[in-house]
Amino acid sequence: MTASLLMLQLLNGLQLGILLFLVAAGLTLVFGVMDFINLAHGAQYMLGAYLAASIGGALGSFWLGLLAALPLSLAFGLALEWLVFRHLYARDHLAQVLATFGVILVIDEGVRQLWGSAPLNVPQPEGFSGGITLMAGLTYPSFRLAIIVAGLAVAALMWLVVERSRLGMLIRAGASNAPMVRALGVDTGRLFLGVIGVGAMLAGFAGAMAGPVFAVVPGMGDQVLILAFVVIVIGGIGSIRGAFIAALAVGLVESLGRAMMPELMRLFLDAAPARQAGAAVASMLVYAVMAAVLAWRPAGLFPAARA
Amino acid sequence: MTRLLRPSLLLPLLALAALAAAPFLGFGDRFALTLLSRAMILGMAAVSLSLLVGGAGLASLGHAAMMGIGAYVVAALDLAGITEGAIAFPAAILAAAAFAGITGLVALRTSGVYFIMITLAFGQMLFFTLSALSALGGDDGYTLYGRNTFLGADILTPRLSFHFICLGLLAASWGLCAMLSRSRFGRVLRAARETPLRVEALGFSPFPYRLLAYVIAGGIAGLAGALLANAMEFVSPAVASWPRSAELLFMVVLGGVAQLPGALVGALAFVLLEEGLAHVMSAWKLVFGPLLVLAVIFLPGGLTGGLPWRRRKQERRADA
Repeated sequence: MTASLLMLQLLNGLQLGILLFLVAAGLTLVFGVMDFINLAHGAQYMLGAYLAASIGGALGSFWLGLLAALPLSLAFGLALEWLVFRHLYARDHLAQVLATFGVILVIDEGVRQLWGSAPLNVPQPEGFSGGITLMAGLTYPSFRLAIIVAGLAVAALMWLVVERSRLGMLIRAGASNAPMVRALGVDTGRLFLGVIGVGAMLAGFAGAMAGPVFAVVPGMGDQVLILAFVVIVIGGIGSIRGAFIAALAVGLVESLGRAMMPELMRLFLDAAPARQAGAAVASMLVYAVMAAVLAWRPAGLFPAARA
Repeated sequence: MTRLLRPSLLLPLLALAALAAAPFLGFGDRFALTLLSRAMILGMAAVSLSLLVGGAGLASLGHAAMMGIGAYVVAALDLAGITEGAIAFPAAILAAAAFAGITGLVALRTSGVYFIMITLAFGQMLFFTLSALSALGGDDGYTLYGRNTFLGADILTPRLSFHFICLGLLAASWGLCAMLSRSRFGRVLRAARETPLRVEALGFSPFPYRLLAYVIAGGIAGLAGALLANAMEFVSPAVASWPRSAELLFMVVLGGVAQLPGALVGALAFVLLEEGLAHVMSAWKLVFGPLLVLAVIFLPGGLTGGLPWRRRKQERRADA
């Protein structure tokens, strides 16, 4: 494997990791602050991709589509909170998993009815159609670089808000001891609503940005949802820092694994079985990492303090 | 006799009786029997999951993996030319139990939502492994040459005979789980679910009890998987996909997590509702999904009623 190929895979891994972080950040905050598991978070990612793709297609501009998808994702998240989620806060995790699983069925099927089962074709965004030559033999699509930059910017903004603002202080306090925050006179209901809304918007943003890179198909949220859960469990539930580090790690493991495992297997096997075995091992790799982390630290790498 | 009249016991007994009578009451056609056998097989897996969820407080989101192993053992033996059920069925049960034992060693170190997630992770690992088994068709799945025979007797092929074999095994699984949860073993599990600290103070280590429950539930799900492979004469990785695991959990909760028999009622209600809706309209999930949500919100005790299980979360918080 050449240096440029390795570099390409590293960048792909970074880009996947950033997208995962955008999805996982909302998930881990909602989970950490409200003790609420939202399986429908992946469906919100998918919805963001569809909204941006179809509005962008209708208006002839990817960026207008992205801009329109953000408030719509936010509104959708708030609507779901009002319709379903708020009835589940007092219930145990099992009930939350199952009810939001029902929500996934509805959104997946709704998307299939509205847009059909065929993948949606999203053109490369205007202004970012070409590639940038990073080094000899490596030209990387500029839009993928834009995803990395935008994701890092959002991560930095989140870090500022969560770690350096009064609002962030309340969120962190809510994550470690919500009843105490309530007792100190904070309206946690509004805090929760805000966290849910922002989480949904981040997931929608990730979906919209992923549209031109990955296939926009019904069910695209499921794969991302499960990887995002792997991320927040590895990172420690409720921890933004943990989610960021784990997201990058999972993104890198996933794409380096897919690229390198078949070659690694070539050391032991013939070409054809090596390719298959390699692909299988690569798909399992992140789950194996997660199982290993949980076996070693049952509460993840950076557990939010839960006294 | 009064115990038999309790709704939690009466409903499943009625359900079993109805299943036994169904073929003679106008539900003996091909469509109805296929549907009922599917419901009974999933019911068997749901009953075993109920032993974990209701009995031990272990909400596994990877139970379909155990079914997947059972189904794929039957398929792999079929590929090797072995169609003898007396070999395939025990092998399926043992393989699923062994998988449960190995993954349980790791998974049971965690609790609560981490347990949900790690079982999901193991389920996904198995799903991708099955998808990569090119000898058994990979993603596309594998069509069996035929159903298993037992000591050369072709008892799984006639529909009526298959119906009663499924019913018998379902009743047996239910009986086994009911017996287990009423035994000392089951009481330790329940006690460890409510207050693990007190159980440890009494000198019990919950871990071996939980592991054994996990292995037994895995074995029963493996049996269900072997039956499912025979029922469809086809296996594909979808058997072990995570939505299937979520469906199994749903059957348990729909029936009522507080009592074991709930899973039986839940599985029947789930499969019949699903198939009934799918029969009527193509976008059936648009109706089915909201029904699931409403059931979770408004039926906290499940169809068989009983204890409201919202209590447990508050207790868990009080423990923390």
